[in-house]
Amino acid sequence: MENVIVVNNLTKKFGHFTAVDNISFEVKKGEIFGFLGANGAGKTTVIRMLCGLSRPSAGNATVAGFDIRHQSEKIKANIGYMSQKFSLYEDLKVWENIKLFAGIYGMKKKDIALKTDILLEELGFQDEKQTLVSALPLGWKQKLAFSVAIFHNPKVVFLDEPTGGVDPVVRRQFWELIYKTAEKGITVFVTTHYMDEAEYCDRVSIMVDGRIEALETPKALKEKFASNSIDDIFYQLARNAKRTDD
Amino acid sequence: MLGYLVEKEFKQIFRDKLLPKVILLFPFMTLILLPYAANFEVKNMRLAIVDQDNSSYSKELVGKLIANNSINLVANEHTYNAALGLIQNDKVDMVINIPKNFEKDFVVDKKSDILIAVNSVNGTKGTMGGMYALSIIRQYQDEKTTEITGVNDPPGVEIKTIYQFNRELDYKFFMVPALMVMVLTIVSGFLPAFNIVGEKEKGNMEQINVSPVTKPIFILSKLIPYWVIGMVIMTIGFIVARLFYGIVPQGSILTIYLFSFVFTLAVSGMGLILSNYANTYQQVVFMMFFFIMILILMSGLYTPFNSMPPWAQKIGAFSPLTYFIDVMRNVYLKGSKLTDLLPQLYKLLAFVLVINSWAVLSYRKKN
Repeated sequence: MENVIVVNNLTKKFGHFTAVDNISFEVKKGEIFGFLGANGAGKTTVIRMLCGLSRPSAGNATVAGFDIRHQSEKIKANIGYMSQKFSLYEDLKVWENIKLFAGIYGMKKKDIALKTDILLEELGFQDEKQTLVSALPLGWKQKLAFSVAIFHNPKVVFLDEPTGGVDPVVRRQFWELIYKTAEKGITVFVTTHYMDEAEYCDRVSIMVDGRIEALETPKALKEKFASNSIDDIFYQLARNAKRTDD
Repeated sequence: MLGYLVEKEFKQIFRDKLLPKVILLFPFMTLILLPYAANFEVKNMRLAIVDQDNSSYSKELVGKLIANNSINLVANEHTYNAALGLIQNDKVDMVINIPKNFEKDFVVDKKSDILIAVNSVNGTKGTMGGMYALSIIRQYQDEKTTEITGVNDPPGVEIKTIYQFNRELDYKFFMVPALMVMVLTIVSGFLPAFNIVGEKEKGNMEQINVSPVTKPIFILSKLIPYWVIGMVIMTIGFIVARLFYGIVPQGSILTIYLFSFVFTLAVSGMGLILSNYANTYQQVVFMMFFFIMILILMSGLYTPFNSMPPWAQKIGAFSPLTYFIDVMRNVYLKGSKLTDLLPQLYKLLAFVLVINSWAVLSYRKKN
């Protein structure tokens, strides 16, 4: 399998503070990659660098085959992104949000219209096409935001705590969407604080104080740490952290 | 890409419950209310007369004073001190004291003293009222001198002023074109700044930043709608000026549109700079108030630029409003042509260049 994300000795310093400390890893095509870590461990900083929003202090990385230092515009055209903060336009209707973001990614008008209807049907949102996004419940908003993030068929989608504040039923539905996405060959790079979600990932990395302390499949991780819950393993690693918060 | 973004901006503006109404009402209310309220014409000077002479001359003079439209006689007092008390209690604005033997002194010595005391808490009203009274008294003096001596021998030089371009000295003619500039500044300059900071606060900006939308495209998509709205507002301004005040530009309306557009480019750049430095609504609103106050007071909107002290003119020279207000007044009142206004055009273009370069540079730094 080809690697979609390749990270080599990536470091980010803010003054004397080393937010990300010399990390390396690879993510394969179509993989669901769980990126765990306590608050302030440096997860968001890594995602910001991989999305081309922030320049690394040292080391390098490629995303979808493009260098994060010099080809950030090309990376942006090939990724999807969904943050913990809901970021669709509340004062636009459901179809208008889809059309806007699809248009931004250069999709053709005809394709957009066609694909919009298919998507809304898949999500069971047919009746909400003309609804203002502000009127949707939070769980629906998150599902919509995710669908918009992968609407243009990116190579990788970055999900930064996508299920924060969402009820368990919607979380389950959300993960079904993630599985479908991975089946289409889209790589999913996801951060979460829910350890049950970590079990759904193909591979899990745990970040502590800017370094990656573990990177295995959930199964191998449990064997290695001789524990049957990722929750436990996370706690073992994270309690050694010197940093407490962002 | 730009098309989708501009479409989105227009949808958001028109979908807003308040914004479209405010955008329409703002130029209307500003142009209809302010010229009447912010008016330096002095009307209704309340006058107290202290006529200690009670002669035919003094009565004639009082008659002349009252005949002036701006002066109302509200009190006759016997002593100067009593009249002064009225000023202190804000019952009158001006006291004219005609001394005993006024007529006698005037006829015999051809001179007499009249005292004018003016309440100058309101400086403009005081100065203007005093000048009105003085000119009436002078005129009276000349008439009387001629009458007594039988020789038409007024003072050596007679000064007559003809007011060009605004013959009635109507303050509204001075204010209306300049107020349009103020409205345009606020709508085209500061609304997009609010808009951008709003997206920052809501987190939409982050989503745009990870998309292939480039910075120039994003900025353009924010500015274009407000350029269009700015031109609509100018058009409303032309219509209101004509319907309510009968003010029509003496020069070409196309010249005004051209300058409006160049000016809009400059002020929208200023708004962008503010939005780059501000992260919250609170910050950008406060910065806007700060700049609006300075720009408006320093650009000769209410007071003629040329009568400001030199240091203030130096500050005002750094405001694009100064030049556009000047252009508006010239085109509206004097009928200046584009060729007469080239210096202002070049200065405005220089502003566009400097301000927008600064805006782009400060935008890059944030990342």
